[in-house]
Amino acid sequence: MIEVKNIDKSFDGNHVLKNVSAVFDNGKTNMIIGASGSGKTVLMKSVIGLHRIDNGRIEYDGRNLPDMRMSDVRLLRREVGMLFQGSALFDSLSVLENVIYPLEMFAKTTKEEMVERARFCLQHVDLKEKSYNLAPSEISGGMQKRVAIARAIALQPKYLFCDEPNSGLDPQTSLIIDQLIHEITREFDITTIINSHDMNSVMEIGENIIFINKGEKAWQGSKEDIFHVDNEDLNNFVFASELYKKVKKANS
Amino acid sequence: MNILQDTGSYALLMKRVLVAPDRWRMFFRQFPKELEKLGLQSLPIVIIISVFIGAIMTIQTKLNTENPLLPTYSTGLVTRDTLLLEFSSTILCLILAGKIGSNIASEIGTMRITEQIDALEIMGVNSANYLILPKIAAFIFMMPFLVIFSMAVGLGGGYLVGVFTDIITTADYLLGIQYAFIPYYVFYSLVKSVVFAFLISSVAAYYGYYAYGGALDVGKASTNAVVNSSILILFFNLLITNLMLNQ
Repeated sequence: MIEVKNIDKSFDGNHVLKNVSAVFDNGKTNMIIGASGSGKTVLMKSVIGLHRIDNGRIEYDGRNLPDMRMSDVRLLRREVGMLFQGSALFDSLSVLENVIYPLEMFAKTTKEEMVERARFCLQHVDLKEKSYNLAPSEISGGMQKRVAIARAIALQPKYLFCDEPNSGLDPQTSLIIDQLIHEITREFDITTIINSHDMNSVMEIGENIIFINKGEKAWQGSKEDIFHVDNEDLNNFVFASELYKKVKKANS
Repeated sequence: MNILQDTGSYALLMKRVLVAPDRWRMFFRQFPKELEKLGLQSLPIVIIISVFIGAIMTIQTKLNTENPLLPTYSTGLVTRDTLLLEFSSTILCLILAGKIGSNIASEIGTMRITEQIDALEIMGVNSANYLILPKIAAFIFMMPFLVIFSMAVGLGGGYLVGVFTDIITTADYLLGIQYAFIPYYVFYSLVKSVVFAFLISSVAAYYGYYAYGGALDVGKASTNAVVNSSILILFFNLLITNLMLNQ
């Protein structure tokens, strides 16, 4: 479980996160939603430690990240996997080498075991053997996301972060990626945090949803609750499209 | 203020770079790749520039010092000392600052803006050490060889003037490049080249590592890397020359 307590973050006097507190449950797909510029990416990067927060606590199962020394932060990060918006695969390595990379850095196993583990992860995300030796630039965006997921789970992380996992993907591939993240979360009992403004994802896999508005946590609940909330900002954001207005009407 | 801030950030980055790698195996996998990319792939430009500069220097020295009072070996001597003292270390490094500096800054800068560096950090890898140390080590290792190679090829360029023209005889040229040879000049040149190699690779890596934004900003980082490493080369050239030759 990850618990965020009263965190603030400013950039050059611009107060981006204002006293945000939230709990990200273990074994669930936790979603941070909000409009562009609301501060959700800053929140995620702060939780991972890529941004140093001004105030507050970020507890990974009781371990407060801002108090840790850099060496301890590195140890903690070995328990973290991350799927970046643009996949962030290493250009100079093949698909298989990208997945082997974290194992080579930190796993104390033989080369054969590393290759076996990497193949297991790639098979788990439904990537065909013929693509293993291709460069990231030679595969599609959807396949790149799968490789990035395989790399993120290679070291069997306790915490998985996904920054806009569906950006740039068609609706069908988006759905597959969402389901893959959801399955992995359940199967390996991971604390997953997804940053998204894709309402299809929210309705599909969102179990614990946190709505960020103008740098503040405006709402937290489940996807079932979202239809019955009396929060104007949330309703304007979630039910912006005609389709979701109809869905809400049908639900209420 | 910017200079102070840059100097501080650069020092902090170097503190992260100049530590033992997390995995030596990964370092020794990167190191030969960097030797090839930064060193061997620079050989063609080193050869071309050194041959032509050696030849041009010989012609210009001969044509501008036409005086019966000057000994015939003076052209070879001036060419040799200019190559040894300045060209093959300082000027060559200024040229390589353009080639290698922009290469390093753009490579690392692109990794930064495509979040590959963030991905390394999230994995718990010391990204600065993993990405930058092999480049600095490889370039420092290769630079003395490039400098010695440049000296030899530059002197060869001057010799070709004697072979293909009647500006100078090969006998006079060969006598000149052997006359009053001071081996310390080679040592001085190699010391300078090692310092310049560190400056080029580390300054370029600094600008690439802290690049942000998009493609335009990576270009800006490359330009800053080349300009600032060139200025630092000139400054340290003055400093080292004063320390090593002014005795």
